[in-house]
Amino acid sequence: MYPWIWQHLPGPTAVKVVLAAVLVGLVVLVLFTVVFPWAVTWLPGQEVVVDGAG
Amino acid sequence: MPATSTGDRVRGVVGFVGELLITAGVVVGLFAVYTLFWTGVETANEQEALEEQFSSVEASPEATDEPAADDPEPEPLSGDAYARLTIPRLGDDWRWIVVQGVELETLTRGPGHYPETVDPGEVGNFAVAGHRATYGEPFANLDRVQVGDEVRVERAGVLHTYVVTESFITDPSDTDVLLPVPGQPGVEADEAVLTLTTCHPRWSSSERLIVHATLAESAPVEEVA
Repeated sequence: MYPWIWQHLPGPTAVKVVLAAVLVGLVVLVLFTVVFPWAVTWLPGQEVVVDGAG
Repeated sequence: MPATSTGDRVRGVVGFVGELLITAGVVVGLFAVYTLFWTGVETANEQEALEEQFSSVEASPEATDEPAADDPEPEPLSGDAYARLTIPRLGDDWRWIVVQGVELETLTRGPGHYPETVDPGEVGNFAVAGHRATYGEPFANLDRVQVGDEVRVERAGVLHTYVVTESFITDPSDTDVLLPVPGQPGVEADEAVLTLTTCHPRWSSSERLIVHATLAESAPVEEVA
């Protein structure tokens, strides 16, 4: 998977390194802004109110 | 590329699975960073903005004016800065802006006021829920609060000092703790009480930790910090 991505990045090595860093950054951004905020609601200890739903 | 042998194919599959496992490990590690650290940073940023919002609302003249009889105080919007909460037992710098509402989304900004309960200082029950883990964990050490400790609530230019009367663990469905007279359905309130709720044990949802306090004093805020 990663070798395949690396092969398909255009340009010389220096450009590839920059592009790869940008891709990693995008993935981390999506994780922190979309995936993790959703996932954290499934952790125990997120329910702090008393209600009938328990 | 030369014709791939069975060995090459096996190596390819094993390598791919290995990449997936490493990726999963990194994602889980990042999730731990997010949960333990980043949610706190986000909440601290929210609190900073809320502190500004609260200070400007408190500083405006109409905040301290007695609302006219025909012009009741407008209901605060969900997620808005509502009050300032300090509990000396939890540290000198333990200071939180309470927001209006107790939805999951709202509570990521700070402790939340149960909207169906009364305002601080009023006769009845003023109740606040807060996270005990993640999102700045305002109530992380709520179990250290003891009977006789002060809980101070500042709203509309008045500082209300409550004194803790009891602290106990109960069922998540025990909504009786939010009643005007906690634990006594149908009884009309004749004193102002405060209720704090959070999860118990920490990092669990199986029970709730409850702190009750009674109003001891309400005095105008001298200096606005």
